[in-house]
Amino acid sequence: MIDPLAWLILLPLAWATLAFLLGPGRGAWLGIGGLAGQLWLAVGLAQKVGAGGRAIGHSVGGWGAPLGIDLAADGLSTAMLLLTQIVALPLAIYARAYFKADDPAGLYFWPLTGFLLAGLNALFLSADLFNLYVTLELVGLAAVGLVSAGGGAQQIAAALRYLFATLIGSGAYLLGVALIYGAYGTVSIGTLLPLITAEAPRLVWIAGGLMVLGLMLKTALFPFHFWLPPAHGGAPAPVSALLSALVVKASFYLILRLWLGPFAALADTAASLTALLGAAAILWGSYRAIRVQRLKMLIAYSTVAQLGYLFLIFPLLSGAGALQAGVMQAFAHGLAKAAMFAAAGVLIKATGQDRVDGLAGAAERLPLTLFAFGLAGVTLMGLPPSAGFLAKWQLIEAALAQGQWLIVAVVLAGGLLAAVYVFRVLRQAFLLAPASRDIWPVPRTLEWTAFALAAMSVLLGLRGLELMQLLRAGGAA
Amino acid sequence: MKRVVVVGGAFAFTLLLVAAMRELAPAAIDLRPSVAAHLAASGVEHPVTAVLLNYRGYDTLLEIAVLLLALLGILAVTRDQGGGAPRPVDPLLQMLARIAATLMIVVAIYLLWAGAFRPGGAFQAGAVLAAAMVLLHLTGLLPGWRQPGVRLRWGLAAGFLVFLAVAAALLLAGGLLTYPPAHAGALILLIESGLTFSLGLILAGLFLFLSRDEGDAP
Amino acid sequence: MTSGLIFAGAGAALFAMGVAGVLLIEHLLRRILAFNLMGSGAFLVLVGLAQHHDAPDPVPQAMVLTGIVVAVAATALALALVRRLHGLTGSLELPEAEDD
Repeated sequence: MIDPLAWLILLPLAWATLAFLLGPGRGAWLGIGGLAGQLWLAVGLAQKVGAGGRAIGHSVGGWGAPLGIDLAADGLSTAMLLLTQIVALPLAIYARAYFKADDPAGLYFWPLTGFLLAGLNALFLSADLFNLYVTLELVGLAAVGLVSAGGGAQQIAAALRYLFATLIGSGAYLLGVALIYGAYGTVSIGTLLPLITAEAPRLVWIAGGLMVLGLMLKTALFPFHFWLPPAHGGAPAPVSALLSALVVKASFYLILRLWLGPFAALADTAASLTALLGAAAILWGSYRAIRVQRLKMLIAYSTVAQLGYLFLIFPLLSGAGALQAGVMQAFAHGLAKAAMFAAAGVLIKATGQDRVDGLAGAAERLPLTLFAFGLAGVTLMGLPPSAGFLAKWQLIEAALAQGQWLIVAVVLAGGLLAAVYVFRVLRQAFLLAPASRDIWPVPRTLEWTAFALAAMSVLLGLRGLELMQLLRAGGAA
Repeated sequence: MKRVVVVGGAFAFTLLLVAAMRELAPAAIDLRPSVAAHLAASGVEHPVTAVLLNYRGYDTLLEIAVLLLALLGILAVTRDQGGGAPRPVDPLLQMLARIAATLMIVVAIYLLWAGAFRPGGAFQAGAVLAAAMVLLHLTGLLPGWRQPGVRLRWGLAAGFLVFLAVAAALLLAGGLLTYPPAHAGALILLIESGLTFSLGLILAGLFLFLSRDEGDAP
Repeated sequence: MTSGLIFAGAGAALFAMGVAGVLLIEHLLRRILAFNLMGSGAFLVLVGLAQHHDAPDPVPQAMVLTGIVVAVAATALALALVRRLHGLTGSLELPEAEDD
C-alpha cells in the first residue's frame, strides 16, 4: 500500500540525488517526472483526508512520539502540500525551457530544487519540533544555494544576506526548541499540546516568542523583510518564483501551526502586534513596489506586501473563517506570484533588459505573457472571481464579524495599491515599441506555463469551496 | 547607536533567560526509560547511537540531505577553480602524512564499528576520513578537486542513496525506517558504512572543492 | 544551581553574543564565527537544561549531534559564498544593498 506521507518525502530526495548524478539534462526530466508523481500523491492524500474527515499520521520507525518522530497530515498540511506540488510542477516545466544548456545557474538547479521540495514536504508533514528545525535548514540552505548559483557579486551578496537572516531565524527557533525540551522533556507537538497551559513557566513564553520571531524573520515580515527584495529580485526567474511562492509560506505555515497548536494558550497577547506589522508590510511593500525601477524588484516588493495579508488573520483566529482566509491567500499568492515571476522572466529574456520602463512593445509580441501577468495581477488586487478575491472577502468578513475595522481598511487599501503597481507594468508593456527595439523570441513553453499558473490562480476562486472543506475535514479549521 | 541597542538587548535577554531557567521545575516527561527499554530491539547497544539511527533516524536522514545539499550549493557557486599542480612540500612531511593518513583510516573504521556500543559512529568516522584527506591535500599529496566527475559524484551520493534505499525498502515492507528487530543491527551497520564513506568524501569536498593550489590566479 | 544549569546559562550568554555579533559585525568571516557561537550556545542550552537528572539524557545529545552537522553544512556554504564574493569584489564585507 502506498503511504503518501513518507513517499512525498522520499521521492523528491531520490530524484534530487539522481539529478546530481546524471547532470542537468536528464535531471530536468527526473524533476518533472518526480513532481508529477508527487502531485499525484498529494491529490490522493487530499482525497483521503477530505473523505475521512480526520488527520492521517505515520509514526516513523514504528516507535511513536515522544520517543520517535511522528508525521501528520491534517487539512492545513494537506492544503500546503497541494499548493507546493501544484506550483512546482509548472515551474519545473518552465525551468527546463528557461535555462540554456551552458547556463551556470542551471547546472545544479535540479538537485537543489529537489532537496528544496523534499524539505518543504517534510516540513508540512512533521509533527516534531526538532525535526521541523532540520527541515527548516534544508529549505533555507537549498533556497540560498538556488539564489547564489552562478551569480555575480550582487547576487552572491544578496544570497549572503539571505543566509544570515535565515540562520538567525532558525537559530532563534532552535533555542526555543531547546528551552521547550528543557521544560517538558519532549519535542513532539502531539505530546506537548495538553502540557502547555496558560500557567506555563516564563521560560515557555520566552521559547514561544523566540520561535515565532525567528520564523517571522524567515517569512520576511516587516520590519524583518530587508533580505527578501535583493534575494528574490536578483535570482533567476524560476528561482524567484519558487522562493516567493513557496519558501516564505513554509515558515508562515509553521507560525500558524505553533500558534494554533502548542502555544495556543499563550497566543493572544501578540496577535494585535502581528497584525500591525502585517499592515505595515502591506503599505510599505506596496509603496516600494510602486517606486522601484526593476521589474523583478517590483514583484519582490509585492511579495513583501502580500505576505502582510497573511499576518492580518492572527487577531481574528478565534472566529471561523480567518484560517481559511489565510490559507486561501497563501494559495492565491503562491500561484499568482509564481505566474508573475515566470512572466517577468519571459519579458526580461525578450526585451534583453530588466527595467520596467524598458518593456515598451512587449504586449504586441508577447500577448500571452502579458495576459498571464494581468491575470496574476487580478488575483493580487483581489478582483472577482479570482482566489485573491475569495481570500480578501473571507478576511473582510472575519474582520467585520469581530469589529476590526482597521483590518478592513488596510485590506481595501492594499488592493488599491496593488492595482497601482500592476497597472504600472501593464501600461509600460502596452506602449508601442521604439523602432530600435529588438524583441528576442522566447520558447513557447515559458509563456504557456506562466499562463497556466496565472489561470489557476484566477480559477481557484471558483473551486474555493472544496479547499475550505479540506481544511475543515482534517480538523484544522 | 545601533551597537548600544543590540548589545544592551543581548545582555537583557541573557539575564531574562537565565532567571527563567532557574525557576524551572523538573520536566514532565523523561525519555530515558523508553530509550533503555527498547534498546535491545534497536539493534545497537549505545543509547545515543540508538536515538540517532533508530528512534530518530529520520532526523539523520534529513541531516545527511542537508550536508549533501550544502556541498551542492558550494559546487553551484564555485566555478572552475581548484585543481592545478600541487605545491612542492618537504618529503619528510609527506612521509609522515602518509603514515598518519593510514592510521587515520584505521581509526575511522574502528570508530564506525565502535559506534554500536560506545561513543562513535558514522559521523565521527567520516570526519576522521575527511581529516585524513585534508591532511594529504595540505602536504601536497592530493590535488584540490574540480567539478566532480561521474565516479566522485557516485562516491558523494552513495551513502545517502543506501540510506534512501533502505528507507524505501522498509517503507514498502511496513513503515518508514521501521527496522525489524532481528535485522536492525545489520541494517544500521550497512547504512553507517555507506554514510562513513560518503561523509568522508563530502566533508573533504567542503574543503577540497574550495581550495586553490599554487598555480592558480587569485 | 545544578551544573546543567550553569552550562545552560553559559549557552544563553553565548547565544546572545552570537546574535549580537551577526547583527553588528561587518567583516564576513567574523560574522560566520559569530553564527557558530550562536549555534554552540543553543546546543549548550539543549544539553544543559536537560541535565536536571543525575544521569545524562541521550536524546538531546543525539539532537545536538544532528545540529552540529547542520551547522557545519551552513558554515561551509557561507564560507564558499564569502570566498566567491571575495574573488569577485576583493572585499570581505557586504556591498551596499542595491534596492532599486
